Amino acid sequence: MSGHDAPLLFERSRAGRRAARPPRVDGPPVEELLAGAALREVAPKLPEVSELDLVRHFTQLAHRQFSIDGNVYPLGSCTMKYNPKVHEDAAMLFADLHPYQDPESAQGILSLLGGLQHDLEVLTGMDEVTLQPAAGAHGELAGMLMIRAYHRAAGEDAQRRIVIVPDAAHGTNPATASMVGYDVVEVPTGPNGEMDVAAFEAALSPEVAAVMLTNPSTLGIFESQIRRIADAAHAVGAQLYYDGANLNAIVGKARPGDMGFDVVHLNLHKTFTTPHGGGGPGTGPVGVKEHLAPYLPAPVLTHGDDGWRWDEDRPRSIGRMRSYYGNVGNLVRAYAYIRTLGLDGLRDVAEKAVLNANYLRVRMAEQGYPSAYDRSCMHEFVARPPEGLRTLDVAKALLDEGMHPMTVYFPLVVKEAMMVEPTETESLESLDAYAEALGRIRELAVADPEAFAAAPRTTPVRRLDEVAAARRPVLRWSPETHEAISGREDEAG
Amino acid sequence: MAYTPHTDDDVRRALTTIGVDDVQALFASVPAELRDPSLSLAEPMDEVRLLDHLRDLADADASRGPNFLGGGVRRHFIPAVTRHLTFQSEFVTAYTPYQAEVSQGMLQATFEYQTIMSELTGLPVSNASMYDGASAVAEAALLAMRTTRRERVVASRGVHPETRQVLATYLDALGATLDVVDLGGLATPVPADLADAACLIVQNPNHLGRIENLEPFAEAAHAAGALLVAAVDPISLPLLQAPGEAGADVAAGDGQTLGVPAQYGGPHFGFLVVGERLIRQLPGRLVGQTSDVDGRRGFVLTLQAREQHIRRAKAKSNICSNHQLTALMATVNVAALGPQGLREVATGTVRNAYALADRLEREGFDVVRDGPFFAEFPLRVARDPNDLRRDLHRAGVRAGVPVPVEYGLGPAVLLAATELTRPDEVDALVAALHAVGAGRAEAVR
Amino acid sequence: MNIPEDRNYAATHEWASEPQDGIVTVGISDFAQDQLGDVVFVELPEVGAAVDAGDAVAVVESVKTASDIYAPLTGTVEEVNDDLEAAPERINEDPYGAGWLFRLRVEGDDGRDELLDADAYRSVCEEEA
Repeated sequence: MSGHDAPLLFERSRAGRRAARPPRVDGPPVEELLAGAALREVAPKLPEVSELDLVRHFTQLAHRQFSIDGNVYPLGSCTMKYNPKVHEDAAMLFADLHPYQDPESAQGILSLLGGLQHDLEVLTGMDEVTLQPAAGAHGELAGMLMIRAYHRAAGEDAQRRIVIVPDAAHGTNPATASMVGYDVVEVPTGPNGEMDVAAFEAALSPEVAAVMLTNPSTLGIFESQIRRIADAAHAVGAQLYYDGANLNAIVGKARPGDMGFDVVHLNLHKTFTTPHGGGGPGTGPVGVKEHLAPYLPAPVLTHGDDGWRWDEDRPRSIGRMRSYYGNVGNLVRAYAYIRTLGLDGLRDVAEKAVLNANYLRVRMAEQGYPSAYDRSCMHEFVARPPEGLRTLDVAKALLDEGMHPMTVYFPLVVKEAMMVEPTETESLESLDAYAEALGRIRELAVADPEAFAAAPRTTPVRRLDEVAAARRPVLRWSPETHEAISGREDEAG
Repeated sequence: MAYTPHTDDDVRRALTTIGVDDVQALFASVPAELRDPSLSLAEPMDEVRLLDHLRDLADADASRGPNFLGGGVRRHFIPAVTRHLTFQSEFVTAYTPYQAEVSQGMLQATFEYQTIMSELTGLPVSNASMYDGASAVAEAALLAMRTTRRERVVASRGVHPETRQVLATYLDALGATLDVVDLGGLATPVPADLADAACLIVQNPNHLGRIENLEPFAEAAHAAGALLVAAVDPISLPLLQAPGEAGADVAAGDGQTLGVPAQYGGPHFGFLVVGERLIRQLPGRLVGQTSDVDGRRGFVLTLQAREQHIRRAKAKSNICSNHQLTALMATVNVAALGPQGLREVATGTVRNAYALADRLEREGFDVVRDGPFFAEFPLRVARDPNDLRRDLHRAGVRAGVPVPVEYGLGPAVLLAATELTRPDEVDALVAALHAVGAGRAEAVR
Repeated sequence: MNIPEDRNYAATHEWASEPQDGIVTVGISDFAQDQLGDVVFVELPEVGAAVDAGDAVAVVESVKTASDIYAPLTGTVEEVNDDLEAAPERINEDPYGAGWLFRLRVEGDDGRDELLDADAYRSVCEEEA
């Protein structure tokens, strides 16, 4: 990765330079056409660069960016698997379709979306799927709104005010529950890493609206009591919500619908390998059992005599979650993935993901990084650093090895947690290299604690002052910004 | 196809290391009755067959030729350099920049994005992007509710119908109310009753393409202790008064027109830009500038304690990801066009939209106009708008987004022009409108 | 561990001064600021707000965490430490002095005996450390 300083676009800017030129359109002055409209007084200060300046700028930025295509990226719960290149070509085929073109002129994309809905229904064991939500957390919101609408229709909305989540849950689960107005009750993790079922059953009551679970959990452990959990939740009238973040462990091999879940959201950017794009766009389809189908977000894709069309007439729907129909570009990629792998290919994904995770779990333990729970794992596991080392320092030292750290300090229930998810697309050699790098880091920490604590040294920048960033936020460039920052350095120096 | 690299030897070596006999043993914690259910999916395709299949699907759809579709999504100029620079694999296959030292590329690009959105909207603080325009406006309303501790939101009917539908979904989640202000003609009258309102939301240009004058709304909102949320089309901003100049507290909207392909509606990105005093209420990711231990400039995700992964049930929003890659695409595109090119896009759009409206009037069609408009305008028609749109498509032209009944225009469609609209395409539209019986003004009224 | 004897503590790590003319000053302990790390932002209650002992009334943020601050006593918020907006680091530098958070007007001595003295609070900290 490049260690050179990268000027901002605005610092490269020279008045009068330009790159692309739109087609010329002659006509009267716009001020004349737009008579009566309030027009802009101060022109926006935007960068003026040549096309080669622009290319160099974003190419240099790309060189300052870690990526899956560059090296192993085993972030737990993020499923950083290889994103096939053919998917990018596939998505481009549909790039110029307009959401409001006549459905008759969009039957190709609509049949693709219909096919994807079907495939996701088969893989999750749910009765109906919406492709609308823009991300996993967005799907969670849709799912929880459907659950509330269901309780409302039964006249139980006032009574059911509680959502139960395990203490190892993703932060989005409690945040979503509270966005829908529910109170959150956390259930502890038992000694074997599974949710404490006795504590869970004690927390159940007719006041519980829903139970939100990730299975396998964020600890990489399958809730083996899931049928008992589902039955107990349903016995008090609660709905069971499946956070699909970890579906990669079981895709094609086990289905949330068969486990007793009523609602499922999927993160297509995880299991179904749509690119993470540096933080999005994600895509979060939601599957439901039949009793929740009337509440699906509108519009719903239907197929009839006139082919595929969008049904807007959904009186019991929770409403719209976003404009148009979903992140279609990503839906095309997910469809391409499922149709090239097929059922056997997807089962192979789950099996190799679990195989790789267990292999790395053992190899890391050999290097002094033991698992938090002494048992085999699913697609990911939570380990701890060698005694006396801090996870943060190990993570930073990994950067000097050219490798991306695991997810650190999550889940919160394990101190100094290192959550590792290698995914199925890594080779054993790359996992060996990762474990060996961790071994070298352990030795470095003993041999040269100062060098260890000073890592990283080889990255484009070194440890950054996050405290200064948060205390006096500088959130945009301005001509004065740079002086202010220099001033701060002088102060500190 | 398979992307797993394991040879048979690899599998054996891994199993030996782990100490189990076969892979299935690793699934022992999954109850047997749940394991490997009998399922049926389509047979897998190789790469060649996949692309043939997808091309067949794509060829069944209309994605080329004259395009006058609008309703918030439009075809604008995206130079080749934008796509090539955005879809570099380092950007495409990166995760959220939690490890800042090795994520300076995306972090810096996001800082540049935040600066561009701040400049365009005339407000100081932009987050790193939202899902889309509609959810950005909904988050803006929630932000206003937190800030004012009020639970009523007032929106102009000129706000995109789908945006208002999303707003209704989000507000219903919290038990808040949404009141809608009817248009007077094509523009929004300044509402009299903003008492107890957390915010007033006005879209500019509005859903019918009409340009609104934001200043009186800002004054009315502030007099009532409410915020003004301006839902804006970013490609109009090189020309139209910036939300910040007009006194708006929040600017939100959809970034598609800034350089993202339509993609049948997504992914685009939403933007949310606020005044200084609202920083702590802003949901979503934010990138800030700082320095490293050697004093070098660098960028980090900052003010994260507001977010769901730390605050959990007390977070400002459950939003976790943003739409980083599409926001990056707009950043590259704005830099490719520069201030002059961006202004030319906006100017070309206005000129072509006016030329189209004038031409249609000369041809005897019933263009609805009562003041300045940006890219789109309504056309009253003599037929059911959905049937008309279908027949226009059959005549080789994509045009005619139906105007919802709630606007009281009778049967009508939106037509849009941009800087890409060519004279021969306008001829094609005119001919098609005649051919499908769109109806002259005297027939329509 | 710095735990001054001249005030009382809540098990949730807030301190409350001896009342003076019915006014009690509230802040967080040295132990609490150390556990939080560098404070970057403080969200303070509104002046005039009536609060009950145990209510979450303020938030103290560091880079990676945000902690609720609970009212140690029942009363009305009389004053807040506006200086913290520009200089939240005062909580780290001087938690018992310039880093105070807010002042409460309290009625009588109600609830004060629920709070801990310095010795009792010290054992709370030792347990958590």
